[in-house]
Amino acid sequence: MGDAADIMSEAARAAADAVLDRWQRDPHALVQVLRETQAIMHWLSRPLLAHIAAALGLTRAQVEGVAGFYRFFHTRPVGRTRLLFSDNITDRMLGSEALLAQLCARLGVAPGEVDAQGRFSVDRCSCTGLCDQGPALLVNHHQVITRLDATRVDALANLLLADTPVEQWPAAWFTVVDGVQRADVLLSGLAADAPTLPAVLAQSPQALLDEVAQSGLRGRGGAGFPTARKWQACRDAAGDLRVVVCNADEGEPGTFKDRVLLAFHADAVFDGMTVAARAVGAQQGFLYLRGEYRYLLPQLEGVLARRRAQGLLGRDACGVAGFGFDIAIHLGAGAYVCGEESALIESLEGKRGTPRIRPPFPVQAGYLGRPTVVNNVETFCAVAHIARRGGAWWAGIGTAQSTGTKIHSVSGDCARPGLYEYPLGTPIAQILDDCGARDVQAVQVGGPSGTCVPAADFGHTIAFEDVPSAGAFMVFDRTRDLFEVARHFARFFAHESCGLCTPCRVGTELVVRRLDKLAHARGAGSASAFDIERLHDLDTVLHSGTHCGLGASACNPLRDTMRHFGAAYAQRATAPQFQPDVDLDAELSAARRVTGRTDAGAHLHTDTPA
Amino acid sequence: MSGVDPTFDLDGQPVALQPGDTILTAAARAGLDIPHLCWSEEVSGSASCRLCTVLADGRPVAACVTPAVAGQKVDCRTASLATQRLRLLQMLFVEGNHFCPGCEKSGNCVLQVQAERAGMTDLNFEVLNPERPVDASHPDVLFEPNRCILCQLCVRASDEIDGKRVFAIGGHGIATRLLIDSPSGRLGDSALSVDDRSAHICPVGALLPKRVGFAVPIGQRRFDTEDTRG
Repeated sequence: MGDAADIMSEAARAAADAVLDRWQRDPHALVQVLRETQAIMHWLSRPLLAHIAAALGLTRAQVEGVAGFYRFFHTRPVGRTRLLFSDNITDRMLGSEALLAQLCARLGVAPGEVDAQGRFSVDRCSCTGLCDQGPALLVNHHQVITRLDATRVDALANLLLADTPVEQWPAAWFTVVDGVQRADVLLSGLAADAPTLPAVLAQSPQALLDEVAQSGLRGRGGAGFPTARKWQACRDAAGDLRVVVCNADEGEPGTFKDRVLLAFHADAVFDGMTVAARAVGAQQGFLYLRGEYRYLLPQLEGVLARRRAQGLLGRDACGVAGFGFDIAIHLGAGAYVCGEESALIESLEGKRGTPRIRPPFPVQAGYLGRPTVVNNVETFCAVAHIARRGGAWWAGIGTAQSTGTKIHSVSGDCARPGLYEYPLGTPIAQILDDCGARDVQAVQVGGPSGTCVPAADFGHTIAFEDVPSAGAFMVFDRTRDLFEVARHFARFFAHESCGLCTPCRVGTELVVRRLDKLAHARGAGSASAFDIERLHDLDTVLHSGTHCGLGASACNPLRDTMRHFGAAYAQRATAPQFQPDVDLDAELSAARRVTGRTDAGAHLHTDTPA
Repeated sequence: MSGVDPTFDLDGQPVALQPGDTILTAAARAGLDIPHLCWSEEVSGSASCRLCTVLADGRPVAACVTPAVAGQKVDCRTASLATQRLRLLQMLFVEGNHFCPGCEKSGNCVLQVQAERAGMTDLNFEVLNPERPVDASHPDVLFEPNRCILCQLCVRASDEIDGKRVFAIGGHGIATRLLIDSPSGRLGDSALSVDDRSAHICPVGALLPKRVGFAVPIGQRRFDTEDTRG
């Protein structure tokens, strides 16, 4: 470690102290403190982390452990301007890799590196939730640029090389559209003559809960747990203080519905949270906003401020005597696993986002040990409607087991990507028709952790009892290679594994390496049926007992594509018998370096013809 | 209430349970071994290694942290769980650099004995060959991260028994690693003492008190059997 990294500047200390004071040196605010300090200092040096640790009464190692967990925290120097290309498969299908290469070439940096003058660094990040207007990139974890193309990237390079401040970049680059293609209940918004929230909250907590129970509403985050049952369990749990959390950590690649709900229907979301708080007896609310949506923060804070001024939040909220409830926004810092509710709570408490051991469940002991309800953005939005129009009305939409509507984030190979809201029970084929998809090979429903549906199954419907979905709908036409899609998702899961349990930590990495071998990453023809067998092996292990759902679903794309698109694997496994994935010539590189030899005699030519 | 103690069924045998029992603690009291690596009765569980995965009414759970429930049917010794344990052990072996013949923990190593009991004769997966520098900076304790299986026992012992918080977990995914709380990040300038419980709780050869490596000769160690005593 160089001297520069060991000495903390006065500026860094002052920046950290101001942030620490704003958070009242609360150790549970560690993630927020790190985020805000980094926004000023660009990266978090060890001395800076030690300073923050001391101020919060934590150990250095604890703080380093948290800083090293979240992908958006930098513990090594980065450029003053940091660009992260969204790396969902849909971004790649729109040419993101070529644009990344183009930008890097213009700037003279390699991905992941910072230029010599410390001006900029360029890298990739997991899906930014802009798949219908990609390729996209994040600027300083703070703004997003959409609809990248060669012209835009060229202009971007010019601005970066000229050290032009981000504020002076063309405003049009930062445009994010709502992309609503088909609106039903939720995307149409609340009717102008809908009852006000205070009118709704005049009902008893039990009556509010009963309406939600009658609606049959199930959680929209993926697991589909009945919302009313979750609320009831929280209400029944022992404890004086209760917490309602809105999970806006929309990290599932290919999903962007929550972004649109937050940007255009934030009041409905906060209404739903307030109804939940009244129903379960909560005083404290959190919106856990994924770091990628940081640009929505000012607007959302504005909505909350207005609601406080209107008396919808705070003491005697909505005019209900004795009902005190307020909502704070916490930002994530780039960790998909924090979408898991107990990991999200750990993150809210300022820790590494490692899923908790359960029981106890969050409804029994969640945030700071308090009974906590965690629901998805779309779930709360649905509650805002149900509380006004009644459970029976909602139950009349959709199917008996899957009531209401569902918003699908449609991206990939189709003429009209964007948001499509349908009653649950809508056939996949209809959604494909409506979005103008042609010659479709497969749809990834619910994101990588969901289901890869082949063309033969397009008659199936999106519903909990058929093909469930957390909201992503990525379309792949016949020009796409489903093996490469699965390999991309495998890299995503390995990158996002929290590292706690053996099968997920090691297994996701082994899947990536095996798929790389099949992809001929080290030269053609070394993969055989043996490697396919090992993939089945890994799939079995990861489906047989991981700590959380991330590990359990990490092999879903692999399993589905091996089943439906086996030829894509078989054609890559052509060696008659097992061959080790060792590049013998590369193994000699150290010897060449030591001996200074570069001649042909110091090379083996086993893989590539001369 | 009847005078009969509540029980659950473990591989066909009734196991008595007491309030607060996990499946693993109840089984251990009954003298039934559920294979495990990262659990110790001295500290809270981390549920990280997953070796103790059993089927509780058909659902895979970590026995070390899952409450025992009266009347439940728990399977541990099934063919598929035996394969699962073998695969998990093989994953741990390929993740680090575990060379038993050259390791002074050999014969006292829980990873080694579990692998032996699981009938592990090969690695099954490709080795990852990590490069992790050894930390010999502490006068009395060696840290060999190549052998660390991230069981968190040292972390928990330091937090819960020693009250020193010397260790923490850092990184994520395959780059997850043990962190040491000190200005240099090395053991030598941490608060660890060789008398701490955390210096001795490591189930493998990652944290080793120095100068005692071969005080007990191979053949007379914890897991040596008639076959290995020579």
